[in-house]
Amino acid sequence: MSILRQRFITGGTIGALWMIILSTTVAVIMSFATGDPVRPNIAFGIIIGAVWGIFFAARIGGQMVEWMTVAIVAALTLGDAYIRSLGNVTTKIGFSPIVTESTLLNNIIGAAILSVGFFISFKTIMVSCGRRDLTKHEWEDVIIRFLTGFGYIFFTATVFIPFYVMVMTSLKNQSELIQNPLDFSIDFSKGLDLFRSYFELFNEFNFGNYLITSFFISVLTVFITLAFSIPGAYAVARLRFRGQAAFSRGILLIYMVPMIVLALPIYIAFSMTGLRNSIPGIILIYPVTTIPVALYMLQGYFRGLPAEIEEAGLMDGLKRLSVIWKITLPLSLPALASVSLYVFMIAWNEFLLAFMLLDDPSKFTLTRGIASLNSSEIPRQHLMAGAVIATVPIMVIFLGLERFMTKGLTAGSVKG
Amino acid sequence: MQKIPPTGTTPLAKREARLAWSLLSPTIISVALVVVLPLLAIFWISVKPVSLADLRPPTPIVREDVRGDGQDLSIRYRIRNSSQEQAISNVTLNDIIPNSVSISGKLPEICRLSENVLLCDFGTLDGGQGDRLLIPISVSDKESAENALKGTEPTVTGTSSNVLTDSTFTFDNFTRIFDGDEFWGVFGVTLFYTIFGTIGALVVGLFAALLLNKEFRGQGVLRGLYLFPYVAPVIAVAFSWLILFDPFSGSANELLIQMGAIESSINFFGERPQALIMVTLFEIWRYFPLSFLFILARMQSIDTDMYEAADMDGATPFQKFWYLSIPQLLGILSVLFLLRFIWTFNKFDDIFLLTGGNAGTRTLTVNVYEQAFAVSNIGAGAAVAVVIFCCLLAFSFFFFRFMSKEEGL
Repeated sequence: MSILRQRFITGGTIGALWMIILSTTVAVIMSFATGDPVRPNIAFGIIIGAVWGIFFAARIGGQMVEWMTVAIVAALTLGDAYIRSLGNVTTKIGFSPIVTESTLLNNIIGAAILSVGFFISFKTIMVSCGRRDLTKHEWEDVIIRFLTGFGYIFFTATVFIPFYVMVMTSLKNQSELIQNPLDFSIDFSKGLDLFRSYFELFNEFNFGNYLITSFFISVLTVFITLAFSIPGAYAVARLRFRGQAAFSRGILLIYMVPMIVLALPIYIAFSMTGLRNSIPGIILIYPVTTIPVALYMLQGYFRGLPAEIEEAGLMDGLKRLSVIWKITLPLSLPALASVSLYVFMIAWNEFLLAFMLLDDPSKFTLTRGIASLNSSEIPRQHLMAGAVIATVPIMVIFLGLERFMTKGLTAGSVKG
Repeated sequence: MQKIPPTGTTPLAKREARLAWSLLSPTIISVALVVVLPLLAIFWISVKPVSLADLRPPTPIVREDVRGDGQDLSIRYRIRNSSQEQAISNVTLNDIIPNSVSISGKLPEICRLSENVLLCDFGTLDGGQGDRLLIPISVSDKESAENALKGTEPTVTGTSSNVLTDSTFTFDNFTRIFDGDEFWGVFGVTLFYTIFGTIGALVVGLFAALLLNKEFRGQGVLRGLYLFPYVAPVIAVAFSWLILFDPFSGSANELLIQMGAIESSINFFGERPQALIMVTLFEIWRYFPLSFLFILARMQSIDTDMYEAADMDGATPFQKFWYLSIPQLLGILSVLFLLRFIWTFNKFDDIFLLTGGNAGTRTLTVNVYEQAFAVSNIGAGAAVAVVIFCCLLAFSFFFFRFMSKEEGL
């Protein structure tokens, strides 16, 4: 193991790996931003990264030499791109870490980001590396910083890309999408025409109505859920009765029944009673799927409240119900906010029941409306615009009230 | 003399228990109606030969018009069984004859007239069978008769046996779903999806939590961003993935080809075995935020003294992670594993939206839908649901045995 901690080996290996990661990242970003062919040159990236790493580990020269390496990498990238722009070069192998065939400005930006980015981040990774071999502690620090850097890039990219594709696809039209699926650059000269899919969804596909229906159903679900779960949670948390322990377990057990198992009999019952295909039917079902979660979350919070205040209220002659109304509820406003947000999110995102129970386009919820856009006759920028319309409200709420939401998600142990 | 404390329940305790039950009753009733009742119904349906068509019970249909010309007119009733297979018994027709129309001649034997209400008893109508009835009338002209009759629509009633409620039972549904290799294929897919989806989401979540377990600027933003996959509507992100990985014009294929990683485009969601891997990756992508959030919350509550002590003793970062953090996180990790295992096992929407259960991605839950609605055999769907429910009972048994030790959640 100790040979790995030899400073040149550490420097060279980390340099090569880090160069692969960074050049791939820059290539992917540039591809997605410009639509032009940009690809990492793995073989050459390894060489450049390793050489740079070894130089760095040797610690010869001062800042001057370090910035010169930056300039060399940038020059190699631009030089390679220039030769390619002259034509006649078809091979994928070049002499720079990324091979780009974009405009001059893009090439310069890409080369600058790669070389400066590599320089700064690599220096940070190797900060504990001195003019001698690394100790075990220092070496592990280097590895951890390397993995951390990789982690930030990896997570941000994997989380971000699907959403980026969703938004950008909705702003394109069919022919642009087929011509170059990688080109997500936005043509701002089109002005409002960029949002054509959205206008069409609202004007022709009734999405305004779906939005209102979804909102109405979700808000109503929140209120019904709270009305049922607050008293229930209070009873489980505060009052002594036989079967209390079994009850709080039973709530958890209900979490575990899969919706599809319940959806089948509900579908049958609704078909026979005519509740299928009606909004009241949906409003009847949605709260029941959220009441157990809300009850579980709230009883946990109520338990954490000091019972003495309530007892003082009881001593002063308040009835139990007015104790709940005047003391417990005002104290648990933050928890109520979390629960409401969480229930709103479940109801807003619900797909299975809406899909099975609603057939009439005039009664669709937003998720059901999007599902109806998934056909070969409807262009897919419409589908993505629908997805954006459903995602944006929940994201706005989430970002605005992130603190409550995070708390709500953690407190409920959460139905997934 | 020593005082004896009262035994048994005091009136106060009784009152409290009564209040508790009354506060809980709305929840109990609603849950019983929508969870317990359907669960019982599933067991009932699973031993019934029910198909999707049986949900519309056979009904008798009637049409009425006026036949003949001149003064020789009659009302014609045509009656028909809507079902091709099932018989309807006790079919009776009921119509009000308007005052302007008077019945002339003899009524058919099955009919009788009381006041101006016509009652006809058709007896039993077999599947697909129809019947017609002519009632001679005298009226000034045909048109006024038609107009007068339009005002009163005939009603027809009958009783038919309903497969859902009668006493025919069958085990065909179970033999059907257990038949052949299909079931074990579905079961294997479910296990693969559940096990790898759960472990993957846990490991990735742990990695993400380690990244964000330090104070720096932008930490809140990143934490928010990493929760996006979980918070966004499943339908939105599932379709985004489908479009991103489209075999013909998806960006992912284009990118991979351009980078030289693949030669020709891959049908990510349409072919074995990559479709199963992709849906599992989607599951990991979508649910890592959840484990990330829980693990992060637990990490931030670990006492820092311990790490300082380890630093004094010269422990390396990996040692600190392995010997200090992991043991502290083991509780939440195992609880998360069990919960996620059960919920991944239950997952339906994701696979249904991504592949519809094709290309070797049919899990048990998707099979419920497939049997009940694609094959229109509700009974078989219910049988699969019963199998799922039995698996879950086993899981939750483990879960509660474990939870009593780990009251961390």
